[in-house]
Parts: sequence; C-alpha cells; structure tokens
Amino acid sequence: MKQEYTLSIFTENHIGMLHRVTIIFTRRHINIESITASQSEVEGIHRYTIVIREELEQVQKVVKQIEKQVDVIRAHYHKTDELIYQEIALYKLSVSAIRDGLGIETIIRENNARLLTIEKDHLIIEKTGHKEETAELFEKLKPFGIVEFVRSGRVAIMKDTVNEFEKLEYNEEV
Amino acid sequence: MKGSEFSSAGNLKGTYSFPDNFNPELNKPAKVSGAEAIIKSLLMEGVETIFGYPGGAIMPVYDALYDYRDKVNHVLTRHEQGAVHAAQGYARASGKVGVCFATSGPGATNLITGIADAFIDSTPLVCITGQVGSFLLGTDAFQETDVVGISMPVTKWNYQVTNAEEIPTAIANAFYIAKSGRPGPVVIDITKDAQFSEFVYYYQSAKKIRSYQPKPKLNIEQVKAAATLINKSEKPLVLFGQGVSLSGADTEFRKFIEKTGIPAAWTLLGISSLPTTHPLNVGMLGMHGNYGPNKLTNEADLIIAIGMRFDDRVTGDLKRYATNAKIIHIEIDDAEIDKNVKTDVAVHADAKEALTSLVNFVDKKNHEKWLSSFNTLYDEEFDQVISKEIKPDAGKLRMAEVVKKLSEKTPDDTIVVTDVGQHQMVTARYFEHSGKSLSITSGGLGTMGFCLPASMGAKIGSTDKSVLAIIGDGGFQMTIQELATIAQYKIGIKIVVLNNQFLGMVRQWQELFFESRYSFTEMTNPDFVKIADGFGIPGRRLDQREHLDSSIDEMLSTEGPYFLEVMVEQEDNVFPMVPTGASVSEIRLS
Ligand SMILES: Cc1ncc(C[n+]2csc(CCOP(=O)(O)OP(=O)(O)O)c2C)c(N)n1
Repeated sequence: MKQEYTLSIFTENHIGMLHRVTIIFTRRHINIESITASQSEVEGIHRYTIVIREELEQVQKVVKQIEKQVDVIRAHYHKTDELIYQEIALYKLSVSAIRDGLGIETIIRENNARLLTIEKDHLIIEKTGHKEETAELFEKLKPFGIVEFVRSGRVAIMKDTVNEFEKLEYNEEV
Repeated sequence: MKGSEFSSAGNLKGTYSFPDNFNPELNKPAKVSGAEAIIKSLLMEGVETIFGYPGGAIMPVYDALYDYRDKVNHVLTRHEQGAVHAAQGYARASGKVGVCFATSGPGATNLITGIADAFIDSTPLVCITGQVGSFLLGTDAFQETDVVGISMPVTKWNYQVTNAEEIPTAIANAFYIAKSGRPGPVVIDITKDAQFSEFVYYYQSAKKIRSYQPKPKLNIEQVKAAATLINKSEKPLVLFGQGVSLSGADTEFRKFIEKTGIPAAWTLLGISSLPTTHPLNVGMLGMHGNYGPNKLTNEADLIIAIGMRFDDRVTGDLKRYATNAKIIHIEIDDAEIDKNVKTDVAVHADAKEALTSLVNFVDKKNHEKWLSSFNTLYDEEFDQVISKEIKPDAGKLRMAEVVKKLSEKTPDDTIVVTDVGQHQMVTARYFEHSGKSLSITSGGLGTMGFCLPASMGAKIGSTDKSVLAIIGDGGFQMTIQELATIAQYKIGIKIVVLNNQFLGMVRQWQELFFESRYSFTEMTNPDFVKIADGFGIPGRRLDQREHLDSSIDEMLSTEGPYFLEVMVEQEDNVFPMVPTGASVSEIRLS
C-alpha cells in the first residue's frame, strides 16, 4: 500500500549532490511530493528532507540506493508519526482585505498565523504548520482574493535521537 | 604511514596518507601545471597504460603527456568508445583500474556507453575528460556538454575540477573509489583553465573518505545463521557471480563448495571462477543457461547466492522463482540485498571474507542424489541440444562446434572475450574454462561493439596471456575501426567473427516470438578479410568444416593479430531458452 514517507538524507555539501540523489527517484518513476535542503547541525554536512508516497518495500530500496552514493553519509525513511515536522506558507493579499473590515484579523489570530508585512498595495501573511493547516487557512483567505501563495517543503526531525554521524567514525581505513 | 586529516583546496575532504609506492622524486613539492599534475598523479597511482583520444579541451594534458612518454604508455584508439571499452578489458584482465582520456563534448559523450557498461558490470575505471574553461561553463560554449550531469546516473562517483589545486585530491579519491568495495567507474571532468594554471603539487593517495564505507564489517551472526540453513538443507544450490572473482575468492569459494558438496551454477560473469569440468559445476543460469540449474532452481530448498545480483536474465519471472527455497545472499552491496529477491539470511560482506569465515561453520557433506539430478538433466540437454550443436552431421558450420574447437586448441590460460548476441551465449555455453582462463564480456548492459576494443585492452593488461575475441558480424561492425589501433600497436589478439549474416539474436527472437517476421535483421556485409587486410591484419575466411582445424591452427601460430571469419549456419537458434516472462523451470530445449 502506498503511504507517505519522509526521507532524511545527510550528504557532503558538493555541487551536484542533490541531482545525484533525485535521479534515484527519477529512475524508479517516483514523484517527489516535497523537498527541502539545508545545512545540518554539523558544518559542511547538508540535510535533505524528501516526502514521497510509496510502498514500503520501494522506499527501502530507494533509501539503500541513496545511502550507497559515495558522498551520502546517511539516509533514513520514516513514517509520518515518527516525526516532528513543519511547513511554512506565505499568502499575499491585496491591502483592501483589511480595509473591508471582514474579520481578517480574527482569521489570522485563530489560525496562529501572523501578519509579516503590509506594503502599499499588499499584505503578506505567514503560517507554519502541517499541510492541512496551511491549506485550511488558504481556504479561509480565499474570499479576500489571494494574489500569491507559496508553501515550503517539509522540514522534519525524528522524535527519537540517533547519532547521525556515527558512520563518520566507523569508516575504517582499508 | 599514518593518515592525517586535512582539507585541501576546494571542498573535497578526506584522510590521506602516502601511497605504498611512494616515489619521492615524482612527488617533490614543485610548481607544475594542472595538466602535468594529472599525469604525475596517475603515475603516483601506478598507472602504466592510458587509453584515449585528444581534442581541444584536453590538449594541455596531452601536451604534458608528451614529456612522460617514457613513463606511461598511451594507446590512441580510433573512437572514444574504443578507449573506454579497452580500459574495461584492461581492468578486467589485469585487476587494475582502467584509465581513459577524452576531450569535452562529443569526446566525453562517446565514453558514456562504456561507462554505463562498467557501472553495471562493476569495473573499476577512472575516466578523465577535458572541459571548456570554467568561465564558459553553462554558456553552450563550443564542445561544452554537462558531462557531470550526463554521467551521474552511470558512475560510482564523479567530480568536476575547476581549480588546479583540487587535482591531486580528486584523482586520489577517484582511484580509491573506483577500486574499493564494489568497483565502478569514476569520471573526473577538468576544465581547461584548471589544466593550464600552476600550483605547488603534492600527492597523497586516499585511504579513507568519511562518507563512504567500501567494505562492510563481517557480521559473524549472519555467517552463523547462513551456516545453520546450509547444514539443514537437503537440496542446496549455489549461484555465483562476478563478486567471487572481484573479491579474489576463487580459492575460498572452491573450498566452500567442496566441503559442503553443494552443486554450483554460474551467472554469465561468474563463469571463469570454477573450472567447467569441476564435478560440482552444474552450469550456467538464466535465459540461455543449462537445463539442470534452471529447472532445479524451483526444486532447491536453499539458494546460496554469492556475489551475484539476481538479474532478470537469470531469474526469469520473479514470482515463480526459487519457489521452494530459502535464500542466503552473500553480497558486498547492501542495495542489492532484497532488491529483486527477498532473502532469509543476508550476509552483507565481501565474498572472500564471508566465505573464509563461513567454511568453518558448515558441515562436511555430499549431496550425491541431488547432484545426480543435475547430471540427469544435463544428459537430456546433451542428447537434445548439445550433441547436435557440437557435432552436426551436415550443413554449414555451427557456432558451437567452432567455439568448442577454439576451446580445445587455445592455451589453458586464454582470456576469451565476447561481444553480445548468439555467439556470446554459445561461447559461454561451450568454451571450457580451466580455472586459469578468464572470460570477459558485456553482461549487464549487453553492449554490442564491446568485444574488439575490450580484447585489445585485455591483451595490453595481460600481455603474457593469449586473448581470443569472438564476435558476431553485427557487433564487429560497431567498433571495427579499432582494427587500426590493433595494427598500429601490434596487439596480438586473435579475432574470430562468427558470421551468420544476421543480427542473430534478434533474428532468433523474431523467429520464435514474432512469427519469423525478420524486420531489419539481415545484413549484407563487406568483405571482412579484405578489410582486415586493408588495416594490415592477416586473416582468412572459413566456410568448410574440413578446414576448421587447420584454420584455427594457422591463426594460433601466426605472430601478432589475426582475423578469422567463419561463415556459420544463418538461422541457427541458441537453446535451451527461458522465454521472457516465463519461469526458469519452464526452460525450453527447442
Ligand atoms: C549497442 C547495441 N545495440 C543493439 C543491441 C540489441 N542486440 C542484442 S543482440 C543483437 C544482435 C547481434 O548480432 P551479431 O553481432 O551479428 O551477433 P549474433 O547474435 O549473430 O551472434 C542486437 C542487435 C545491443 N545489444 N547493443
């Protein structure tokens, strides 16, 4: 059965690394639902968070093929409930949304969103949360006329602690 | 010497130490160009031969090479595909890393087929490609292609150097990665400005890369679990692949099967690890393999797969594969474990280490009755297929009888290289391996055109061995230009073209599965003997059975390269055969 899995991949920070990782999905005809790349807690080591919907067996094979890449330090897969995760969404609305006095302030407050900025013509609202939450806010803001909308990929941290970088130590000289 | 952690220019990191063959003269810190640094680094890695083809973006390297002609041998092939296949043949015959050079753009793209071939067949290569100047990258400059991008899916590792100071580290890592663990090809793409610019050169070979673990630690619990299954099994079957020879485990492998008395069957690339006549050798697996091992795969109660990857040509329909068996998989590459066939016990380790340990835990046994069931099926195969192939009463020559004869007449330690198609399967089936011989063929990719250049590389990598190239008339024409290289460097290989005037293997499929609709598989060929002669290679055409012996004798007694064209039965089929989609036990004898 296809299910949502989140992959955490730790790599050296080399040019082209992301390509090396993503072609493994391409080869197996797997669609990437979301992807985030950033530095990890260790300098020089990058971390990708990739969300896919797949069957467990397929996910396991992909993770092994990713981990096999020379510059990949570690790769894991998780079911959603093993993770703490967030996404961030930005909504751009016309300033008239405030003037209309239709309770946009209440919507922002009730949804734990915040008003990032008000420009001459536009205002920008930010919300962090799970996809369903940012989607819900999208629906609520729709009547005000959303000029632009963007949602980030997922960032996720495991609930359990593991030493990601033990591999760096156990690699022996050969 | 002890390694030290340091970070060189750029972002390559690793622990480095002096190479075993540390040559202080070569490695005196001195100001050199990037191009010269490339050559010096190759020498530091012990490279003796480079196969290559020059062009604009790699000219500084060729210029630097000019001063090192007495230290390293460069073979100018006639096409970059020839260079890369030659490097593959060289690597597989010598056990060393094959090295090739090509220029940017078309030079580099011409390497890709060979790189993909080396990737799927785990052959260690370091391919160095020139690239346009770093300031031109991404601008569609003349002969610019994204070589790193193009080669990424088919390399174990690749790296683009834009700064001369990165060259020693990049090359050190390239060799280390190519040859360690499960070997594979590496591409280092070096911009022209990096080749020109000067820096203070100093080389340290790589012994470790922090993100890379080439050899998993042997887990003794896995070994014991495997032994338990083996000791309990009544009908065990060993399947072995190239992993055995790659890990240098031929001896340990033989000890293991001899102690346990387990029948052993081979994949196309495992072939030469066990003599053909060994009593436990029950033949080839897969599509055109032997009757016994295919049929009995579904009777075995235990499969012990060693250094093989359950390719679909070996397994047939996976749903109906090894239906009664538990599976042990001894494999160095974790990504191969459970990829195609679910294992009961995985031994994630180097084959040699695993077998060295495993042999201590297994009981001495023999499986006479089980083994004799393979022999019974072999006899059936012999009567229905083999006898007619190797001793036809009339008609044109058959591929099998030619191969059989070549096998009898060539020395025990011959390196036999094949291309792709019917002749390849026939050679795998009928060429007898002595334990000292070696087979080189394009297995995973099935690359037509592989054989001719690979055999020249094999000969250069193993000059004291005789090298026999067996090729189809189709594949021969894919890299026929390398006859010029063979002639120029007097590479003493014996070339046999089995000419059926068809793309034989495709024609066979058309006959069997497409109602004999021979859609574009018939060829009107040129006069090959004349062509060879034009290149300066002596040869002859053979179409009569009574001249088979004498022609082969003439070929083998001729000094240097020789070309023998054998006109064979045009519409011969290779049997047995497991049709695509069928289960291995549905193997057909006709
Ligand atoms: C580069 C490449 N193109 C196409 C094929 C598909 N193919 C596999 S076998 C074969 C026929 C080979 O004919 P020939 O070289 O004459 O050898 P034969 O089968 O007759 O021994 C073809 C076209 C291939 N394997 N490689």
